[in-house]
Amino acid sequence: MVSPGVMKTYVVVMILLVVAGTLYDIWHKKSARYFFDNWQKSKDKGTKDVEIAGLALQTAASEVLTSSEFCNPKRRIAHLLTMYGFIAYAFATFVMVFWYSAAPGTPTPFIWPLLWFLGALAVCVGGYWFWFVIRADVSAEGQSPFRLMRADLFILSLLASVTLGLIWALSQSTFFLVLYLFATTVLFASVPWSKFSHMFFKPAAALQKRVANANGSRNNLPPPADKPDVFGSARRQPSHY
Amino acid sequence: MPTFVYMTSCDGCGHCVDICPSDIMHIDKTYRRAYNIEPNMCWECYSCVKACPQNAIDVRGYADFAPLGHSVRVLREEGKGTISWKLIFRDGREKNFVSPIRTTPWGSIKGPAEYTAPRPEDLKSQELAHEPDALNVEGGLPALSRDQLKVGVV
Repeated sequence: MVSPGVMKTYVVVMILLVVAGTLYDIWHKKSARYFFDNWQKSKDKGTKDVEIAGLALQTAASEVLTSSEFCNPKRRIAHLLTMYGFIAYAFATFVMVFWYSAAPGTPTPFIWPLLWFLGALAVCVGGYWFWFVIRADVSAEGQSPFRLMRADLFILSLLASVTLGLIWALSQSTFFLVLYLFATTVLFASVPWSKFSHMFFKPAAALQKRVANANGSRNNLPPPADKPDVFGSARRQPSHY
Repeated sequence: MPTFVYMTSCDGCGHCVDICPSDIMHIDKTYRRAYNIEPNMCWECYSCVKACPQNAIDVRGYADFAPLGHSVRVLREEGKGTISWKLIFRDGREKNFVSPIRTTPWGSIKGPAEYTAPRPEDLKSQELAHEPDALNVEGGLPALSRDQLKVGVV
């Protein structure tokens, strides 16, 4: 339906859009400058030397791979589903486009379409769960799940992309292919206005937090308290009657 | 001293939105992070500061006694039932305080929604919803009997 050259060009253009959008985001929001200023402040206030490589490994193993920064377990599960689903979906797309699209006679190993479908489904499960139930706008603010705002651009374009991709894959309809390409283009081209680049910034912020805790500056937070013998006072029964 | 949010630390969980008695903690429409929409209307109860699991909410001191360069940071430790405050003054002095915030373990008190809903006929009762059980008073609420009242004593 679509020639391999066009598919490859499209994927390369999307990757370039993400790179350009992220660089623009760094320049426009001054996020890199903010990060390095904080890093320097923490270093100046720190009382201990730290080994960055070890902390980076801990950050990668905890905050990055298991989304441990989320205090709400449901949100953490939804984020893990969405994150690993998107990685599987994007990686399988990349492999199928660049390795198995050129020669139509070459059968694509079963694992890649399977990974693509499972990834897209995981994104749908985690994403729609977050969108309709867990999102703070709905769970805390009490807003309708259908109230749209700019913060929704990333999650909505991601959900639209994978949902339309699944519908297109099952129906092979040109109409849904056009919608799928449109949603995917919005997802990757809207990096400066969406939360897409959080996947690059969040690990840096998590590392900075770990470094601050390790070097003693703790972002000015107080040290942990000594555990009291009893919670508050020993009085458990009201005695003011 | 009203509160403010470090948006890079906030993960948009909504705990502060839930707990704010003044309903001024809300979710930003661009970044989906919490922020204090009206610091002038802040009651300064610091419920949001204590509730934030990411330590992302701080206190903005008034300029007359806490000028620029100061820091007021708060650490809540659920397992210990404590809240610690660290104040750094502009001249570098530090003050640290630790206070108990609970008399019972964190999470041990039932929220209103966890009780059974009051029946319509409970409106005729002198007791408030879930009293006396929720007050944790043994034997019911204390009350004066008629023979304990004396004429002429207000």
